[in-house]
Amino acid sequence: MKTKNLIVSFTVLMIAWVLLNWTIDPVNLIIGASISIFLVVVFCSKCELFTDIKITPKAFIYTFIYLFVFIIELIKANIDITRRVLSPKLQINPGIVKVKTKLKSKMARLILADSITLTPGTFTLQVEEDVFYIHCIDTRCGDDVEKATEEIVRKFEKYLEVLYD
Amino acid sequence: METIKLIGAIMILMGSFSLLIAVIGLLRMPDVYNRVQAGTKASTLGAIVSFIGVGLYTVESWGDGNWLGRVIILIIFILLTNPVSSHVLMRVAYFTKIPLTKLTKTDMLKKDGNTIIKEGENE
Repeated sequence: MKTKNLIVSFTVLMIAWVLLNWTIDPVNLIIGASISIFLVVVFCSKCELFTDIKITPKAFIYTFIYLFVFIIELIKANIDITRRVLSPKLQINPGIVKVKTKLKSKMARLILADSITLTPGTFTLQVEEDVFYIHCIDTRCGDDVEKATEEIVRKFEKYLEVLYD
Repeated sequence: METIKLIGAIMILMGSFSLLIAVIGLLRMPDVYNRVQAGTKASTLGAIVSFIGVGLYTVESWGDGNWLGRVIILIIFILLTNPVSSHVLMRVAYFTKIPLTKLTKTDMLKKDGNTIIKEGENE
């Protein structure tokens, strides 16, 4: 498990280095690789950042599907917020709803909470184990936990389930 | 190349429009929570779209003048930090008991009893 964490951390650092320099010059790559190895060995040998990520072809494809779904949701929700802000009669029904997630991994929950926050109209206010309290700008579901979960969490959760253990 | 530059310029314009919506939302919303919502939301998409626009605008000059890679890094950092910082803002607002607006329909966190405040009292 530990090697997987190191390899994934190294890959992430290396991608960041290549993107920052925007060149694939061999000298540049060697410098980047040595710095990445140093950082990974010093800082990531004990952390558990990527220990529960899955490295399979299916997970790889689902990462891109997840990003695509996320961007679509982002744009859809942004249009929705724009409509609400610009309408003369400020159409909002704010409220705090409670949702439950099936995800076990800490990293997956972090990504889920971040995705909910980044999607306009919903905002993670408090996380307690598998319960998320979410501030909605438009609460259609009220106190119904099941319905709120279906509406807010499910669309992201079904992809994250594949990505993480 | 001219077309890509034009697309970049249009994307920067769209990003600016999104940020303008964020400001209008910030002014019009009734309470802290909805203001944070309007502010952070539009700024995410606004910033992302403007950054991609800048990347496309400089795409013709390979090497040092090209910003596309750096812009992708910037977008990743925004996606990582923006939700955390705004989440902290909203949490602090809630747990220092800044009132929700009268329009609020439901508050499940209050009904369930917020554990954080209870823990603080015990200490």
